[in-house]
Amino acid sequence: MRWRDPLSWITRPADGSPAGGTRRVRRGRVLAATVAVSLLATACGDSGEGGDGTIELTIATFNDFGFQPLYEQYMDEHPNITITEHVAEYQNHHTQLATRLAAGNGAADVVAIEGDFLAQFTAQPQNFYNLFDYGADELEGRWLDWKWQQSMPDADTQIGLGTDVGGLAICYRRDLFEQAGLPADRDEVAALWPDWESYLEVGRQFVAADTGARFLDSGPLLFNAILGQAPQAFYEPDNTLIVESNPAIKQAWDLVMEAVEGGLSANLVQYSTQWTTGLQQGTFATITCPAWMMAFIQSQAEDTAGNWDVAAVPNGGGGNWGGSWLTVPSQSDHPQEAYELAAWLTAPEQALSVFQRLGNMPSTVELYENPELTEFTNPFFHDAPVGRIFTDAAQALEPQYQGPSSAAVRLAVQNGIRRVEDGQQSPEQAWETALGEAVRAAD
Amino acid sequence: MKRSGPQTRAVAGPAAPGPGAAPPPPDPARDPGRTERGPGRGAGATRPRLGFRHRLQRTDASVSPYLYVAPFFLLFLGFMLFPLGYTFYVSLNDWNLIGAEARSFTGLENYRTLLADPNFWNALRNTFSIWLLSTVPQLLLALGLAHLLNARLRGKTLFRMGVLVPNVASLVAVTIIFAQLFGRDFGLINWLLGLAGVGPIDWQAGTASSHIAIAVMVVWRWTGYHALIYLAAMQAIPRELYEAASLDGAGSFQMLRSITIPALRPVIIFSVLISTIYGMQIFAEPLLFDPKPGSVTGGAGRQFQTLTVYLYEQGFREFDFGYAATIGWVMFLLVVAVALVNYALTRRISSTR
Repeated sequence: MRWRDPLSWITRPADGSPAGGTRRVRRGRVLAATVAVSLLATACGDSGEGGDGTIELTIATFNDFGFQPLYEQYMDEHPNITITEHVAEYQNHHTQLATRLAAGNGAADVVAIEGDFLAQFTAQPQNFYNLFDYGADELEGRWLDWKWQQSMPDADTQIGLGTDVGGLAICYRRDLFEQAGLPADRDEVAALWPDWESYLEVGRQFVAADTGARFLDSGPLLFNAILGQAPQAFYEPDNTLIVESNPAIKQAWDLVMEAVEGGLSANLVQYSTQWTTGLQQGTFATITCPAWMMAFIQSQAEDTAGNWDVAAVPNGGGGNWGGSWLTVPSQSDHPQEAYELAAWLTAPEQALSVFQRLGNMPSTVELYENPELTEFTNPFFHDAPVGRIFTDAAQALEPQYQGPSSAAVRLAVQNGIRRVEDGQQSPEQAWETALGEAVRAAD
Repeated sequence: MKRSGPQTRAVAGPAAPGPGAAPPPPDPARDPGRTERGPGRGAGATRPRLGFRHRLQRTDASVSPYLYVAPFFLLFLGFMLFPLGYTFYVSLNDWNLIGAEARSFTGLENYRTLLADPNFWNALRNTFSIWLLSTVPQLLLALGLAHLLNARLRGKTLFRMGVLVPNVASLVAVTIIFAQLFGRDFGLINWLLGLAGVGPIDWQAGTASSHIAIAVMVVWRWTGYHALIYLAAMQAIPRELYEAASLDGAGSFQMLRSITIPALRPVIIFSVLISTIYGMQIFAEPLLFDPKPGSVTGGAGRQFQTLTVYLYEQGFREFDFGYAATIGWVMFLLVVAVALVNYALTRRISSTR
């Protein structure tokens, strides 16, 4: 394992998107350990085989997949295996993977890939082991059907095993809602917003009550949630870029602009330190909440336990944002062992334990009948029945197709929203620039 | 190695045979060739054939210096000149790290695209603006600081070493801390401004405000370093000059202006060059000042994206190596040009005194 990208340590080890975050202290330790281990590994060469016949497996993830305690368990059960995890920031993680695949060297044995980036990598199946060759055919039916399909470059090839799905809900601060004279009960709150327009209307009432907090954290997150409910996002399934022609994108944009210009947004940058501080200090009352966002809130704002609650998302509960897969790059010297580890980590029992600890929603269907999942309530979120909420969300969601540059296109549009939040451009100018940058980014 | 100059040769050549006017024996180390031709020392002495040892010594004397400097030039060749040339070659290609149509020769196409690229000009403007905002205050502050440190102080070693501490601190840690200080909602600087009734300022959102914030980081980091260099040069200035000046009734500021600064000329040229090179290549500060983790655009509107950050975006996000190499080369030419202009200006300013 070589530390190839000279910037992987420079760039802030902060939190990217899906799958939640760790506590600051732990992140630092993980980083330090990762650096130390990779230096050591470089010194020992790339064989990945210990002198006593043990096999060293590396796994590269972003943020917190909640696997840490599972590694211990796996190593106890397989004494010949040692596992090292490399955690990076969301964007950098995927950039590194792309570089290492191109360089033909440096990728981990098991690598996580997020939905926005998946198509970029299914387009290069030669760089991944076909998991059908290692026993994945026996696992078909374990996951939601679309989850299984999306990581297949063609009918005979499977490169990834699903970890989580996003789903969508709204996390909100009960205490702030009460202060603003709004109902705090989650069913009453959900009844306030049958659609996004009424969600914004609640926002205007909230801001008018002058609690000192804003209604939502940031425009880009609202945009992701609204667009997450559309049948299509930035791409047609044949990889035609439709960022300009898809009416759902402009509609989502316009709603977000209404929120930003109406002063509903706290204009925080997602995953920035200020955003985290905002979570802790309660500078905003709602946040669009895929399941993995609950992990973020719990780990970044521990002191707010009990103040949060989870209500259904506007527009009838559907929609998705995020979710990942585990893959085995063909650079791995131990495909069989790597596959077995990935299959074990994504198995229902493990997915359930991750859900209970962090909140990442499993994509394995048998759990949706399992009361341990469906009846799970989370005390951090005022005992919200998150098991039921996200099971409903996962079953209701219509999967969107994500194309080869979805992540870059999304970033371009989000930057446009940020420019309006920053006061640099008018919504019209920002839209024009964003389209230009999106097309260029997809090129 | 040959000492040039016709005079030397004129003296050594014809005068040598004369028995009376014995010239100083030519130094074999300096000019081995001439000893061979010349008649040797002492009048009329026939020169014995040189032994192996002697020849070895002569070879040693003429070749060794080259060997001593060779490591530097070999490293320079391998790690500077070759990459420079290769980067130029890459910049002439459409060179993508990823994808089937990986590379094709396109000549100067990348350079044409670059000159018409508004993002490039934006990055160039940002780079110059941040450089100016940081270099000028930094050098003035360093000068003042060095002047203070040059005075008789208790515990002056402590102070002198103390000013270097910011330079030793980890750049990444410093930048992250500064980004917090400049935070919009809970930043220390906005809190202080709030006490004075100003603000709050969204430092990262604006062009001017973000440039100032980044310049502050650079100034904080480098002022002490330049101050120490100035201090070292100041201590080489003879005390008598100051004594004479104070006898003539010059004040402290006048002495700084009329004695210290002119005497520091070469050092000022050096530090202007150093900070120019650093300023043109400034990278970690604007990269990490972006509130969005992993962002390489220098703010949502590229308001503080510098040239190196743009290069990084093109090379390591878009994987467009050809274009990134083009940016790299244009930056190289710029640094050379700016350094030359700087040199000329600084020289002229100080020599008119």
